[in-house]
Amino acid sequence: MASRTRLVAQGVAIGLVALLFVLLAWSLLHDKGGDLAKRANRGDRPSAPDFTLERLDEHRQLTLSSLRGKAVVLNVWASWCIPCKDEAPYLEQLWRSQRGRGLVVLGLDAKDFRADARRFAGRYDLTFPLVYDGPGNTIGDYGVTGFPETFVLDRDGRVVQAFAGAVNGEDERVRLRSAIESAVSS
Amino acid sequence: MRVLVVIAAVGLLALGGGASAATPNAADLESELVCPVCETTLDQSNAPIAQRMKAFIRARIAAGDSEQEIKDALVAQFGPEVLAKPPAGGFGLLAWLLPLAALGGGAVAVAVLIRKWSRRRPPSEPEEESLDPQIERLVDDELARFDA
Repeated sequence: MASRTRLVAQGVAIGLVALLFVLLAWSLLHDKGGDLAKRANRGDRPSAPDFTLERLDEHRQLTLSSLRGKAVVLNVWASWCIPCKDEAPYLEQLWRSQRGRGLVVLGLDAKDFRADARRFAGRYDLTFPLVYDGPGNTIGDYGVTGFPETFVLDRDGRVVQAFAGAVNGEDERVRLRSAIESAVSS
Repeated sequence: MRVLVVIAAVGLLALGGGASAATPNAADLESELVCPVCETTLDQSNAPIAQRMKAFIRARIAAGDSEQEIKDALVAQFGPEVLAKPPAGGFGLLAWLLPLAALGGGAVAVAVLIRKWSRRRPPSEPEEESLDPQIERLVDDELARFDA
């Protein structure tokens, strides 16, 4: 009887350890965003995770996949992010100059007060579409670790290139324009 | 008399609780809310968003909001992850119940093991072997001869 109890206890212990390994493997396999930028910058063009978020300036929702057929510059920002302030006018300029070629600049405001984000958009006269993700649930899928980050998507919704940090230096802007050319002509 | 003292004490405690709910304390709230960027409590963070949240809390306190109203407003902006303690309801209840269940399960397991071990009989001492009567007699004779 005692040996049977011991066998059951050993079975339960082994089962628990096996369950922990399964959970570890699952979490590693489902770390979708972790290597998205790396894969994109290697030239793999991974699919951009889809999302549906409320527009910042109106009570309507926007789904990323509804922009298929257009190239997208997805910029993750927040009103409290200092480099975002320098980057915003450049993104607005891109939107105004390239929208006729089938480019959409899409701002994703995350981990921010909605009212602050609206003030930011007003101060920098942003006219490109903005979506709001207060809890920041979406950005984990993109592997975003800091603000701002920018992803250039081609017309099929695949990530052409990812930029960690602001696209404020001349080198980054040359790379961004080159990625946009590649995305628009896809 | 004792009953009156207990009632008075409970009344005072209730009044104290009511007073703290009416005028929330910024420092308390900062220790109960999490910075969504650095994921530490607000009182431990100097991140820009944490500073903005602290300013928001002070403004809402000045406007006369209750602790719960302030928490609700921040949850509406940043989601339930902004609360340092999970809510004691819905899915958040699991975070409270699971450690208690694990603790209870562990206590039961320890109790069962202790009971089981205490029931084990101590190993029986070897019985004294009785000598054969003939040998015993011989030993006695030898001892008597030795004493003599």
